[in-house]
Amino acid sequence: MIGETRTISSGDLVAEATALVADGYRLALVAGFDDERGLRVTYSFLAPTNRRVELRVEFDERTRRGVSLARVSFPASRFERELFDLFGIEPVGHPQRRALVRHAHWPEGYHPMAKGAGPAPVLHPDEGGYPFISVEGPGVYEIPVGPVHAGLIEPGHFRFSVVGETILKMKARLWFTHKGIERLVEGKSIDEVLVIAERISGDSAVAHGLAFTRAVEDALGIAVDHEVEARRAVALELERLYNHVNDLGALANDVGFGLAQAKALTVRETLLRLNERLSGHRLLRGIVTVGGAQLLDAPTQPELDEIEARVAELTSMTLAQSIVVDRFTGTGVLSREAVCELGVVGLVARASGLDLDARRDHPIEGVAIPPTILATSGDVLARYHVRRDEVAASLSVVRAATPGASTYHRTSANGSGAGLGVVEGWRGPVVHRVEIVEGRVTRLKVVDPSFLNWPALAVALADTIVPDFPLVNKSFNLSYAGNDL
Amino acid sequence: MNLATFAVGAVQLALVVVGGPLLLGLMRRVRSRLEGRDGPPITQPWRDIAKLAHKQRTRPTESSWIFSAAPLVLVATAATVATLAPLIALTPPLAASTDFIAVIFVLLVGSVALALAALDTGTAFGGMGASRALTIGALVEPALLVAVLALSLPLHSTNLVAIVADGSRHASVLVGPSHLLALASFIVVILAESGRLPVDNPSTHLELTMIYEALILEYSGPDLALVTLGESMRLAIWLGLFVNLVAPAGVAANAGAAALVLGLVAVAAKVALVGTIVAVYEVTTAKLRLFRLPELLAGGFILALLGVVTGAVMR
Repeated sequence: MIGETRTISSGDLVAEATALVADGYRLALVAGFDDERGLRVTYSFLAPTNRRVELRVEFDERTRRGVSLARVSFPASRFERELFDLFGIEPVGHPQRRALVRHAHWPEGYHPMAKGAGPAPVLHPDEGGYPFISVEGPGVYEIPVGPVHAGLIEPGHFRFSVVGETILKMKARLWFTHKGIERLVEGKSIDEVLVIAERISGDSAVAHGLAFTRAVEDALGIAVDHEVEARRAVALELERLYNHVNDLGALANDVGFGLAQAKALTVRETLLRLNERLSGHRLLRGIVTVGGAQLLDAPTQPELDEIEARVAELTSMTLAQSIVVDRFTGTGVLSREAVCELGVVGLVARASGLDLDARRDHPIEGVAIPPTILATSGDVLARYHVRRDEVAASLSVVRAATPGASTYHRTSANGSGAGLGVVEGWRGPVVHRVEIVEGRVTRLKVVDPSFLNWPALAVALADTIVPDFPLVNKSFNLSYAGNDL
Repeated sequence: MNLATFAVGAVQLALVVVGGPLLLGLMRRVRSRLEGRDGPPITQPWRDIAKLAHKQRTRPTESSWIFSAAPLVLVATAATVATLAPLIALTPPLAASTDFIAVIFVLLVGSVALALAALDTGTAFGGMGASRALTIGALVEPALLVAVLALSLPLHSTNLVAIVADGSRHASVLVGPSHLLALASFIVVILAESGRLPVDNPSTHLELTMIYEALILEYSGPDLALVTLGESMRLAIWLGLFVNLVAPAGVAANAGAAALVLGLVAVAAKVALVGTIVAVYEVTTAKLRLFRLPELLAGGFILALLGVVTGAVMR
């Protein structure tokens, strides 16, 4: 990746950011720093032409007044709310500076990432509550759901304002899973942090592990040979495979077509067992290391052919059901305009016709670029189609690579620096930015695609009926744990 | 009215009470096997009921006697119909006054009781479920009543026992277009009334998609045991009425012991068969979008209406 770092004054920030966005860059990551070197914020912009620009801005430590980019980029407005909750940096000019990460349980004035914030405080009862905008009018009523759900779902509270069965407004209150990961990793060795990174979102062990590893390699200038990158690419596609297959079944199950779910789960189990054989772990942990990648075995062609045939049977069986197609079609439509305005990424963006894929936009030397799968209708069916076709594309990547016996390069990671890692996980681009001082991680900022995509769910629900919400939600399948660090 | 008819009623009631949960277990088992799973044994609903009966009962703080009474009303109405309907014999108690429309309305009392109880909980899900269930109910009842009208045309009577008896005596009635159209409409009605696919997904965990499950979310312990029992009894009754209207073969014409045993075995076997067919159908279909349900139920109404028209024309 061709990178550039500019240290600018806070007065120039809006102009610089506006110029970058006009140039086709998107704001991918914002990281705050509050240490003995002062109060700083870095803004990492990425362009699909494999470029990145990092803006570094210092703010006054005492007034803690920042500058808001909310009018330049919607994701920036969310990053700024996060910065305020975690660091206490006031985004001056922000149109809606409500709490994001912060829950009403946190003590007043507590900003966990601010210098000298100390250990986690005693949590108070939820006194402030979380005021939702109430929609008023004849026949409007509210349905509160969660954060405890009937199924095995992560915690999230959804508040629907409904007339009859039509959703007027949906507000999601997330951030029930704050684990303090960014503080936890400070001062730990790179190997220790890698273990944590793989567990940020359990279904994206490779994506987060690899994004962290790439960031470390970028920071320390470690060259990685093509053999290793080929293995990493296989691991990444294996992760995409088992998650997409799972979703293909779960989407059918959400419209009551349990037979497809039953079939999908057997394919998923086959994939998980394959994962275990290849990596020693069903969820693919421990493959990626700094400078290396370890696979214990290679998948055979007949195995891959069988999986492809079974997925093809599963999807054709599902789409042969007219009721299923009727439920998927036109449900939860997310327009291309909304995707662009909200800065949506990954699978959801591609299903609405936005051609974004980090595997192609930020290519790795020695790794073949899989075809980018696009759909245009932006509904549940489009997201189903993208998943189905990405399974085939992933299988072709694995088939073409099929690395033989295990290779394992271990680079001793020492030194200092700052680096960025971008990986197209199955949900979308996972971005890590790391700072290392003499082999120790001093700061890690993580952006899971879920952070950028959650706001789009509420937009896609306009004109959707209440009983279709679980289906739309499943078609996004965003992570709660990856969203809330 | 004599003692023998009450014996018939008692046997029918026992069959529906014992058999209802087993029917539910059978249908779940069939579904599991078709999906490649082993599935729970068919006695599992009974085990659940037994377990729930011993558990603590919790009730929403704001709820009134309606919430407590609804499970009892559900079971009592189902038990009334199980006793009086011609399920295993043509000689149930009070046969002369077993009006088909009355039977439907007695069952409806149970549905309404559950919907009121759901409203009584004061939760959003209860209200949502009640609204959906009553909307569907309002669309189902016309189809059902018109189907009854079609079935009653040959005899000029809506007496349920007489209609079944007529079918068992004259096979020609059973294959008449009016009768067949009415029964086709009846299938739609049964799927909707008992909350099966494609109307409602009885095995979902997604609160927002629920219809009948949303009604009973707040029930626990013995209350939930009663609701489970009541709903399975209703399913058995609907399927029992359906099989006896389609193929009354085996229904006991008198209250003799041998005839009763034969009738019991016959109706149990037929209901098990139809339950299996419903389960197989459920595996191969999906749940309709909520706003498409009126189309399905209107289809049921049209079938019933055609039944009446053909019945009237062919006379």
